[in-house]
Amino acid sequence: MWRDHLTEIIIFSLLFLLVSGMGFVAARWRAPRDMAHLDEWGLGGRNFGGWITWFLVGGDLYTAYTFVAVPALVFGAGAMGFFAVPYTIVIYPLVFLVLVRLWSVSHRHGFVTPADFVRSRFDSPVLALLIAITGIVATMPYIALQLVGIEAVLKTMGVTGESALARHLPIIIAFAILAAYTYQSGLRAPALIAFVKDSLIYIVILVAIFYLPYKLGGWGDIFAAADAKFDASPAPGDGVLLNANNQLQYVTLAFGSALALFLYPHSLTGVLASRNRDVIKRNMSALPAYSLLLGLIALLGYMAIAAGVKPLPGASAGSTDSNTIVPLLFDQQFPNWFAGVAYAAIGIGALVPAAIMSIAAANLFTRNIYKEYLKRNATPAQEANVSKITSLVVKIGAVACIVFLDPQFSIDLQLIGGVIILQTLPAVALGVYTRWFHRVGLVAGWVAGMGLGMWMLYQVSSPTRKHFAGSAFPLEKFGFDTQKTIYVGIVAVAVNLLVAVLVTLVLRATKVDDGVDGTETDDYFADEGDPRLTPGDRRDADAAPEPVA
Amino acid sequence: MAAPEPDAPPTARSRAKDKSPWNWLLLIPIVVPLVPAFFNGDSPRLFGFPRFYWLQLAYIILGVATTTVVYQLTKKRGDR
Repeated sequence: MWRDHLTEIIIFSLLFLLVSGMGFVAARWRAPRDMAHLDEWGLGGRNFGGWITWFLVGGDLYTAYTFVAVPALVFGAGAMGFFAVPYTIVIYPLVFLVLVRLWSVSHRHGFVTPADFVRSRFDSPVLALLIAITGIVATMPYIALQLVGIEAVLKTMGVTGESALARHLPIIIAFAILAAYTYQSGLRAPALIAFVKDSLIYIVILVAIFYLPYKLGGWGDIFAAADAKFDASPAPGDGVLLNANNQLQYVTLAFGSALALFLYPHSLTGVLASRNRDVIKRNMSALPAYSLLLGLIALLGYMAIAAGVKPLPGASAGSTDSNTIVPLLFDQQFPNWFAGVAYAAIGIGALVPAAIMSIAAANLFTRNIYKEYLKRNATPAQEANVSKITSLVVKIGAVACIVFLDPQFSIDLQLIGGVIILQTLPAVALGVYTRWFHRVGLVAGWVAGMGLGMWMLYQVSSPTRKHFAGSAFPLEKFGFDTQKTIYVGIVAVAVNLLVAVLVTLVLRATKVDDGVDGTETDDYFADEGDPRLTPGDRRDADAAPEPVA
Repeated sequence: MAAPEPDAPPTARSRAKDKSPWNWLLLIPIVVPLVPAFFNGDSPRLFGFPRFYWLQLAYIILGVATTTVVYQLTKKRGDR
């Protein structure tokens, strides 16, 4: 019953209202002379310093869903769920050099999306369209999953209803508010709210990580409880350590996810909004603070085991919703008011990435579909307007996904999203370094990688589901005599690359036209205050730089 | 408005800013966390944590240290 959770609900609502107010005020924060430009609405003026970027990108990459789903995975499978830690360690050295080059070329040419870059680099609207559609399709379910994070919290607080509409009403209201202030303030809203979100999460986790082991008898007991649970379970893949068969999956999943993360349009939005190359490089050293947080959050899964938490029932009869274990753990172990703070941290934690993702998807639509195919000579003001409206549509779509479809559908789509976004790696990430690939080769590679990735995901089954049961593909199905599994995305992107190379070689030999590279070597090193910005696109380039926040 | 300046900054110098042998150091925190043989074990334990958990958390420090060192060593001189 919700009455038992009244304190939690009040604290949650108060904090939620506070950040909503901040979202609307954000329009006036570091206000530009003219908001009607995509650089302002969609990239916050491209002028964020080190701290803002740290909070913004951190709040963007480490989402509410991550904070709920990773401990749920550790709760259910053990060591395998800890892949999020190596994943978020290797990513920063991996993209350290790539992102600054991409920032420079985007800065000079006024690119807003990865597809903008591909369009100019490879002189191919078709390839850019494929990149844009891949980005939008991969981002949409990610937004829907943020709602799953909020729902887990609401469910635990007993805020549910009989009909589908009543059950989802709080989420619909929350997203309506989010949509309104994103519409008004653009990227400035999540940037400002991220300060509150991350501060709350850091406080909650620091308390949890010292207080809960003290209550549960220490770390030794917590790991012993987890060990006992996995020993008793019949599933072969779980355990406190990895076994011989899932090590390859662990490593390829961590590496593949790391490759994919900065290909997501919303990650790049945060990066392109930063002021200069130094801000990005310093953040590559500072962002792992969130990885530590994520590692500690993952261990909440074991604490839930030690505390004897039983997940709430899921959407279909007989199933359980393991996403509720962290909220339940907080409810059981913390005083009510602090559980309320923790729930607010998760709820607000969903808003920041949802806002950035909808902005990124809207920018892709505006720049690479609307401007490319519908209205060639759109003015900056028209672009900003289309983006604002698209961001509303995207959020309505995400809410509709959760209200009308089984949430499992969004989870499946997000799984697919990680695999498909990886297929943009040759064009976007390698494209930053080399223009050796032929544009047709890149399209062919994309098609091959997509096809194979889909087929492999379809083949993955589990005792409860026949298809799309995860991303661990049994190598047995390729004819190897082994029980080992591998991450689908890695195989798909390898084939993608292979096809791209082969087709490029053939086309180069037959001298098929390859278009004109719209960028030059020097573009990849441009920094703040560069005198050679592409004229026309950036009006405020000569404005005095703002003081460091 | 961005004045259409002539191609003033020499390309060679800006290239040199980006290329450095120190960048190869970045490979260490990419490769080491992906070798299960290093971390997939129980002993030694640290504060009750099996090696699997404390060592992977410690890799975060390895990552931070490497990116910081590379950033400092490749920073252009006379920077603000």
